[in-house]
Amino acid sequence: MINRTYELMFIVRPDMVDEELDKLISTLETAVTSTGGTVKSVEKMGKRRLAYTVRRFNDGMYILLTVEGSGGLIHELERRLRVTEPVIKFITVRIDEEQKRLDKIKKLRDARKKAAPAPAAATPATPVAEAGEAAPVAQ
Amino acid sequence: MADETKAPVAEHTASETPAASASAPSSSGPSSSGGSSSGGSSSGGSHAPHRSGPRDSRDSRGPRPGGPGGGREGGRKFFRRKKVCKFCVEKIESINYKDVRLLAGFVAESGKIVPRRLTGVCTPHQRRLSSAIKQARNIALLPFAGRSN
Repeated sequence: MINRTYELMFIVRPDMVDEELDKLISTLETAVTSTGGTVKSVEKMGKRRLAYTVRRFNDGMYILLTVEGSGGLIHELERRLRVTEPVIKFITVRIDEEQKRLDKIKKLRDARKKAAPAPAAATPATPVAEAGEAAPVAQ
Repeated sequence: MADETKAPVAEHTASETPAASASAPSSSGPSSSGGSSSGGSSSGGSHAPHRSGPRDSRDSRGPRPGGPGGGREGGRKFFRRKKVCKFCVEKIESINYKDVRLLAGFVAESGKIVPRRLTGVCTPHQRRLSSAIKQARNIALLPFAGRSN
């Protein structure tokens, strides 16, 4: 089975109680794990104004779910979101390929960065190592 | 060509200075006939030296090739700066639909995606940008059409 990374963003109605929202998220999480996927992160982005009216709502609570799993899992999750009453809108985006592309660019850039200062300051090896350690901390 | 344009401009500025100095005292006293004839409208004292340029046809041609001085009067010819792709210059790789602030800069007031020829974004980045904007529209982060209210 091919595992892919997806990003599920959905909007629930603004008058939803926090406990209910937590319950909804936990049911989604169990649905993911039971189908063989993993939940990588859950992020509540809070209440936001919608760009246009959706089901007579002008505000909504945005929730972002990052999930790893197969296409069937996404199909099931979308079905669940569709039948859940308080969910007013959702979108699923596949992000693993984009992530791969970004990693590639980052690697290329880092390699170029390392290659450039190395011949210039050839003698000390320690500053390079320090710089290598410092870079991830800064990011 | 540069020598030709420069010489008349220098001549005009020399000829304009007495006119400007003449109009300055007249603006202090707008009731005088000299002020009304030079400015025409004589709306503001500060505009008087600029207005003295297009007063007659010979003077109006002067500032146009001069460029920076009479740019506003010339109107027709702009110096268009070469546009560059923002994403290439600032090295922004990820164009994400969640980054509303970034995307909003490439959406017109009406909600339309601003074309490449206006923003200067390169083709590959415009492709990513447009798909990101469309995703953002789908999840109500950006409007399909301008704000209804």
